[in-house]
Amino acid sequence: MGFQLRVPFRPWNWLLLLVALKCSRASSDLNESTNSSAQHDLNVRFAAASFEPAETISVFSLDYDYVQIPYEVTLWILLASLAKIGFHLHPRLPGLVPESCLLIAVGALVGAIIFGTDHKSPPVMDSSIYFLYLLPPIVLEGGYFMPTRPFFENVGSILWWSGLGALISAFGVGLSLHLVCRVPAFGLGDVTLLQSLLFGSLVSAVDPVAVLAVLEEARVNEPLYMMIFGEALLNDGISVVLYNILIAFTKMHKFEDIEPVDILAGCARFVVVGVGGVFFGVVFGFISAFITRFTENISAIEPLIVFMFSYLSYLVAETLYLSGILAITACAVTMKKYVEENVSQKSYTTIKYFMKMLSSVSETLIFIFMGVSTVGKNHEWNWAFVCFTLAFCQIWRAISVFALFYVSNQFRTFPFSIKDQCIIFYSGVRGAGSFSLAFLLPLSLFPRKKMFVTATLVVIYFTVFIQGITIGPLVRYLDVRKTNKKESINEELHTRLMDHLKAGIEDVCGQWSHYQVRDKFKKFDHKYLRKILIRKNLPKSSIVSLYKKLEVKQAIEMAETGVLSSAGFSVPRPAQRIQETKRLSPEDVKSMRDILTHNMYQVRQRTLSYNKYNLKPQTSEKQAKEILIRRQNTLRASVRKGHSLPWGKPAGTKNIRYLSFPYSDPQPAGRDARVADCTGNSDSDSEFPSSPFYTPPRTGWLQERRGTQEIIPMKSLPRGGKPPSFGSQRKTSRDEHVGGGGRAALRPKPLCHMVHEERDSGEDSEEGASAGGSRWSAEHRPSRGHHRSHSPLLRRK
Amino acid sequence: MGSRASTLLRDEELEEIKKETGCEFGQITRLYSRFTSLDKGENGTLREDQVNFRGFMRTLAHFRPIEDNEKSKDVNGPEPLNSRSNKLHFAFRLYDLDKDDKISRDELLQVLRMMVGVNISDEQLGSIADRTIQEADQDGDSAISFTEFVKVLEKVDVEQKMSIRFLH
Repeated sequence: MGFQLRVPFRPWNWLLLLVALKCSRASSDLNESTNSSAQHDLNVRFAAASFEPAETISVFSLDYDYVQIPYEVTLWILLASLAKIGFHLHPRLPGLVPESCLLIAVGALVGAIIFGTDHKSPPVMDSSIYFLYLLPPIVLEGGYFMPTRPFFENVGSILWWSGLGALISAFGVGLSLHLVCRVPAFGLGDVTLLQSLLFGSLVSAVDPVAVLAVLEEARVNEPLYMMIFGEALLNDGISVVLYNILIAFTKMHKFEDIEPVDILAGCARFVVVGVGGVFFGVVFGFISAFITRFTENISAIEPLIVFMFSYLSYLVAETLYLSGILAITACAVTMKKYVEENVSQKSYTTIKYFMKMLSSVSETLIFIFMGVSTVGKNHEWNWAFVCFTLAFCQIWRAISVFALFYVSNQFRTFPFSIKDQCIIFYSGVRGAGSFSLAFLLPLSLFPRKKMFVTATLVVIYFTVFIQGITIGPLVRYLDVRKTNKKESINEELHTRLMDHLKAGIEDVCGQWSHYQVRDKFKKFDHKYLRKILIRKNLPKSSIVSLYKKLEVKQAIEMAETGVLSSAGFSVPRPAQRIQETKRLSPEDVKSMRDILTHNMYQVRQRTLSYNKYNLKPQTSEKQAKEILIRRQNTLRASVRKGHSLPWGKPAGTKNIRYLSFPYSDPQPAGRDARVADCTGNSDSDSEFPSSPFYTPPRTGWLQERRGTQEIIPMKSLPRGGKPPSFGSQRKTSRDEHVGGGGRAALRPKPLCHMVHEERDSGEDSEEGASAGGSRWSAEHRPSRGHHRSHSPLLRRK
Repeated sequence: MGSRASTLLRDEELEEIKKETGCEFGQITRLYSRFTSLDKGENGTLREDQVNFRGFMRTLAHFRPIEDNEKSKDVNGPEPLNSRSNKLHFAFRLYDLDKDDKISRDELLQVLRMMVGVNISDEQLGSIADRTIQEADQDGDSAISFTEFVKVLEKVDVEQKMSIRFLH
């Protein structure tokens, strides 16, 4: 369909596929050759491995059995990676089709090959391997990359929805299927209630992360995104807990013997398991954060500590029969904030990438295994069971969505619309989780295991392919406000302006500290936790060091050029031009639009875009560097010419003071105190918008001096102990300013920690307002900067 | 913080602010505590441009979301601060630096330059600005007046873009 646009794609993909096929074919060939004892035509290079005692030393020999398992696993992973490369070569495909589709297709392909060559696939997946090795990385990655702030803002709705939704869905499907099984016509009489319930619980394990990429492409609103993400995160844990409880039930009783007290015990156990898991996760998170405080000199083991402690939390929780998944999730969430600050830049990158890699490998293996199981002989097809399963899954999901959201909408400030709920319903895509749980059903307890596996596979295929592919168009269809692609440049420009404006005002209001509880937690966090868990000397980012280098250079320059005489300069009046109306061709307009879209600064997104399979490149770093460059240029220009505002207004007298320098003015001490005071109110998680957005002053209006100064991470400039050159810079700047005609350079974007003191009163209101505003915001900046314990804008994402 | 806020904000002032801006009591108190935390000098204003709390609230009131029940009441009274027209006016004033109720090419250029990276040459930026004015300008004065501005943005959902929900 969309392939005709990308002609080069197809040869590439075919090529990769051919290579992959060759690999698998080669492996199966080799296997055949070793397994069969008969002689057959082989390439002369490979002599058959001999099982009889060798009489001579063979020059070339082959021992395939020795490497079979790792060899094949590696081939599978490589094959999936090649397929992913091909997938992403296509420009539009990742936005249309969830990546799970691709992985399943690859798995089916491998399965077909293995089945076709009659090859015995290595026993990659059994219960212990799945739960001990394959599952933790996936969950860890989900927890680590979770955007915490939006999550905790919606935490009530998310818990309500994922917890109860899973339960309702599981029990609903289970009970309905049980009723269906009672009907003798379908031949399902031997499926007990417990088995149905268990099946219901495992088939309700959704994995909507797969559709998140598609949803993000369609730019759905943030709460909706968070609901789906939160559900993905918690649903695994809840399903597994339910699964284990029901398995325990199945093992212990015949279903007639279950008494109400057992059911109550089951519910209590559910709660204990969940809460206990979270508790252990948090404890381990704090321990690992504490330990990373001391790893300064041996930063190479920092990733190791992070991973090992997360894994340990999982194992410890599993030992106590608590929910390891919730433990590892809680550990990742807790650990992330503190570890990010303690750990060196390289370790941080390593952790991120390694986590993605591990989870990617795990998931690939599971999907391939799923594909292998699809194409095989171990299926039992029962029309009634499969169809009813599919139907009930959808029905019960719809019921749970609409019922639960109806209730939770009463308590939300921003209720979810019906359209949002439809999207949530439709995003119930199953994934690797349900397949694994189905596959791991003990055959002894479940004589009809194959039927369950078949039904699960059908549900997975249906939801992933059909729902996954159509959810994109559905989102666009349901959205009444269609983004008009033929936007005029005006619209684009003005809407972008409004986005920046909104972001600015939100920051002024400090909107993200949503609940009082969170405020209190932040205060507590600052007073105690950070002192214990964070290292003393704070890490520096590369941007900061670049900035400092440039500042030092500039200081030296200024010291060398000495006092600049700023003669009176005229305010350049905006010339009244007579414009020639240029008729612009459509190509020009289109290129203009392209230029704008590519070059305008993006307003920061509150939700970090989450992609399960990839780490998004950080565009804001590029923008921040650019802003830095521009700042330097304008500062240079301002120093030379003496006027610095982009629109050429002369500046007022300033006494530039550097907040971070040891300074004899009593005020900074006071300011510091206030700053420290304010930290409780500031947002530690906020990411500064990278757009330099300047509101021209108006009486009674707020000054929002965003942009460049925010890029500079305040805290990392060392406080005190400044090199003397800065002191001299301060003096020269003061001299320079005094030497002027009463007008000194108003730094357009005040350097961080710089405080302009407005001494000159003889300025027009605009000037005073702008200077005042800049000072206010300059001070506003340090308060936030202080609080910015982690991530200056660019450093970490 | 909370206790200090309530003592410094007198009740009648609160009433006035509530009437003027339409915000709830809880929202106003919260914003007041935010204001005081930003106000370092403790002199009741944000820096020397005399942004006192009233002004602060007035500005923020522009960003209140438009509720459905508001559209019906008070047709004869003064337009609430967060009406679509007032929101658009706010945005317009961001461009219009010399307050002549027109966005000239230079003003547009300044804003454009700030929103855009260094990779765009001045010339390109100039032609983008020209094109913008050309699209919007209807009376041929090579500047965008407020009515033209409103017309251009008629399809844009300004109510949603320029609203934030205030917390209690």
